[in-house]
Amino acid sequence: MPESSDKAGSGANKWYDLFSRGARDWLRHDEKVRESVRKHLPQIISGADVINEGARTVRVPVRMLEHYHFRLRRPEEQQGAGQGKAKPGDVFSDPSKQRGPGEKGAGGQDEGEVQLLLEFKIDDIVDWLWEEMQLPNLKARVGPSEDTDWVREGWDRRGARSRLDRRRSFKEMVKRRGNPGATPTFIDEDLRYRQLARRRQPAVHAVVFFMLDVSGSMSDRDRKLAKTFFFWVVQGLRREYRSLETVFVAHTTEAWEFTEPEFFQVSGTGGTVSSTGFNKVREIIDARYNPGRCNIYLFYASDGDNSVSDSAEARESLSSITGDACFTGYVEVSSGLSRQLATETGRLFAELSSAGCAAGSYALNDFDDVWGAVRHFFSAEAKALEAPG
Amino acid sequence: MTEDWKDYTQRIEELAGRSGLKFHPVEFEAVPDTFMMEIAVYGLPVRMPHWSFGVRYIYQLIQRHMGNSRLFEVVFPGNPGHAYLAASNGLAENILVTAHVLGHADFSRNNLMFRRCQGQVSEHIVEHAANHARQIQQAIEQYGMQRVEAVLDAALALEQHIDVDQSLRRERYPEYAPEAKALADDEFRKRFASLDPTAASTGLEIKKRAPVPPHPERDLLWFVANYAPEMESWERDIFLAVREESFYFYPVFATQIMNEGWASYWHARLLREADFVPQQAYLDAIKCHSDVVRPVAADQQVALHINPYHLGFSMWEKIVEKEGMDAARNIMEQDDDFGFIRNHLTRELADELGLFRFSARNDGHVKVLEHDLTALHEAVLGPKYNFGAPSVSATHVRTDGTLELTHDNSIDGRGLDLERSRRVLDYVQRVWRRPIVLSTVNQAGSTLELTAP
Repeated sequence: MPESSDKAGSGANKWYDLFSRGARDWLRHDEKVRESVRKHLPQIISGADVINEGARTVRVPVRMLEHYHFRLRRPEEQQGAGQGKAKPGDVFSDPSKQRGPGEKGAGGQDEGEVQLLLEFKIDDIVDWLWEEMQLPNLKARVGPSEDTDWVREGWDRRGARSRLDRRRSFKEMVKRRGNPGATPTFIDEDLRYRQLARRRQPAVHAVVFFMLDVSGSMSDRDRKLAKTFFFWVVQGLRREYRSLETVFVAHTTEAWEFTEPEFFQVSGTGGTVSSTGFNKVREIIDARYNPGRCNIYLFYASDGDNSVSDSAEARESLSSITGDACFTGYVEVSSGLSRQLATETGRLFAELSSAGCAAGSYALNDFDDVWGAVRHFFSAEAKALEAPG
Repeated sequence: MTEDWKDYTQRIEELAGRSGLKFHPVEFEAVPDTFMMEIAVYGLPVRMPHWSFGVRYIYQLIQRHMGNSRLFEVVFPGNPGHAYLAASNGLAENILVTAHVLGHADFSRNNLMFRRCQGQVSEHIVEHAANHARQIQQAIEQYGMQRVEAVLDAALALEQHIDVDQSLRRERYPEYAPEAKALADDEFRKRFASLDPTAASTGLEIKKRAPVPPHPERDLLWFVANYAPEMESWERDIFLAVREESFYFYPVFATQIMNEGWASYWHARLLREADFVPQQAYLDAIKCHSDVVRPVAADQQVALHINPYHLGFSMWEKIVEKEGMDAARNIMEQDDDFGFIRNHLTRELADELGLFRFSARNDGHVKVLEHDLTALHEAVLGPKYNFGAPSVSATHVRTDGTLELTHDNSIDGRGLDLERSRRVLDYVQRVWRRPIVLSTVNQAGSTLELTAP
């Protein structure tokens, strides 16, 4: 470290301000924490409450790492020496131990504990997970589009200050004066500004339908499972599609379209007639989306107890959707009962899948399964896309 | 910061010289607060990188934000000594601090423990530490962060486990056990020899290989560096670098009460005698002094710890008052905190200062114990035994390379914290590269073995 030799120079201590060893080692600590969080990411994230509207980060509380030394076991009673107005036999309580649990943060010598709240960008997490799980990147169906975007194009002598191209301006100055060694002096003629132009770009559209069974048999926990799963699916698809639309449909014996926040709050009573949901999806596709221009996905979460009388209609309706959709997925949320897809709806999807449609299903019993489900669907989907057709 | 204080430095040095302080020249330098904080964290101005310092750095930042601690100066012994003053110090603070630093410089030049350790480490620890930092930086470039960090995790975890009674540059154990003493030449042996000359002396010298280690070895950094079966030489160098720094830190740790007390005594006295200091600066400096040697925080009645500045300062005042400066200087030269407290903290002074022993339960319930001077001494010194670390020594290396460590609970009174010990074994195992076994006792007092891996 060259700075140690500088030190002798009197007053030449400007370098002290240039960098901080403490901050360097702190960053290394931070990196280690992030590494270990990353290793256990699926477990940590699947439990976290992720679906806040607009939130692009997840906060994970972690403890500071401890560098371990040999220490004696903590005794029941510890003796020590103190100072102040106290007589033998006096009894009092140690004020430093009376902090409420919410007031942590006072750094002590050894036992003081500081909690860190690490913030992870959801985009980063998704990137890591895709890497870690080796999830395939999906190929998007490209359609003609009228998306316009600003791109950089050329330079001009006039423009907004923020678009001043320093490098270019410097070159112009050198060209004019021909002596790069002299003190730079610019005149207005030297200045170059970047220009922007409108460009049409082919856009990639995708719409994901999330369909949730909110009948009486779906518990809060089931809904939360479905919700966590849906959240990560959206994140995964957003990696691929710049403009991703989401449509939320819930059904009991009827079906309704909801906004995102409402969707996760709704609860209904009554039986399950899934064809109503599928019909609703069909209706929305027909009204708003052109399957030739748009990639359509459908994810359906239910406990699988569709009423038997609905089977034929559900099959028909669903097949019409799979014809247009890139992929259709079914998660069976049945916490407690692990029936492993041996349900009415489970059988329906199994049939579709064996008939060569792009469809898959997965039983979701616990939060730990969420990642398994995501992995399952994304690999299945990639396969479906690779297959010609 | 203005440089006014530099005008006073020389005059204070002259005054200190006249008052009998003997010190190597000190180079004063004003540095930003952030740098002061780092010195407090690392213990040295330039030191090896390790993430654990980052953790301490954050604690230090939090403390500073809460206004708990402020550092005025840090001084490194040596010839010349280096003193760093906080750039935010006012004139009065800097005058006080200059006098304080000279007290430290006198102490570190004359105290035996400092002299011994400096004799080993040399008087240029600041430069040595910077050199270690550079070496380690090079190792990181060559072998990668992961590998170097694994070695530092282990070495720094054992940093207190040195033996200052041994030399810094210590030889390996003799390979063979010392020969048994020749048997006494008594009547019987003479007669036996006369019977058959060939039987008397066996002729063959049977050398016995000495076990490793020949005795329980508490210098763990040295032992691992020298006897680890598969350690690479750059890894040994890191262990020995950490050990050298520990040799430097030991006297600072073991004489803290005396040393801070001595410096506080002298800054107070030099300030009283420095008639060249303006009145206002003098008053400010005295106020600053009383903040530093305050035994109990302003808003509290009792403190469950002892301020070494205050204790040392009061003891030195008493000693100088009762026995005179010559005796005080002798004590300063010869003692460390153990001798200092045991010999010179009297019942009378302890009462005057309001020192007491207490027993604290885990739930924060604290009870003040009966007066007992000897027990009070030990309560003050308790955290200082053995460099503040449990007595763990290397006791045996098995033929397969397994290292046996033993914790001596008869010295420490209780067993080790098992979870932490296990983690330390994990660290060390990565450089020892063979299994490690550590025996200690559990809560019930029965022997317990921890193993890694």
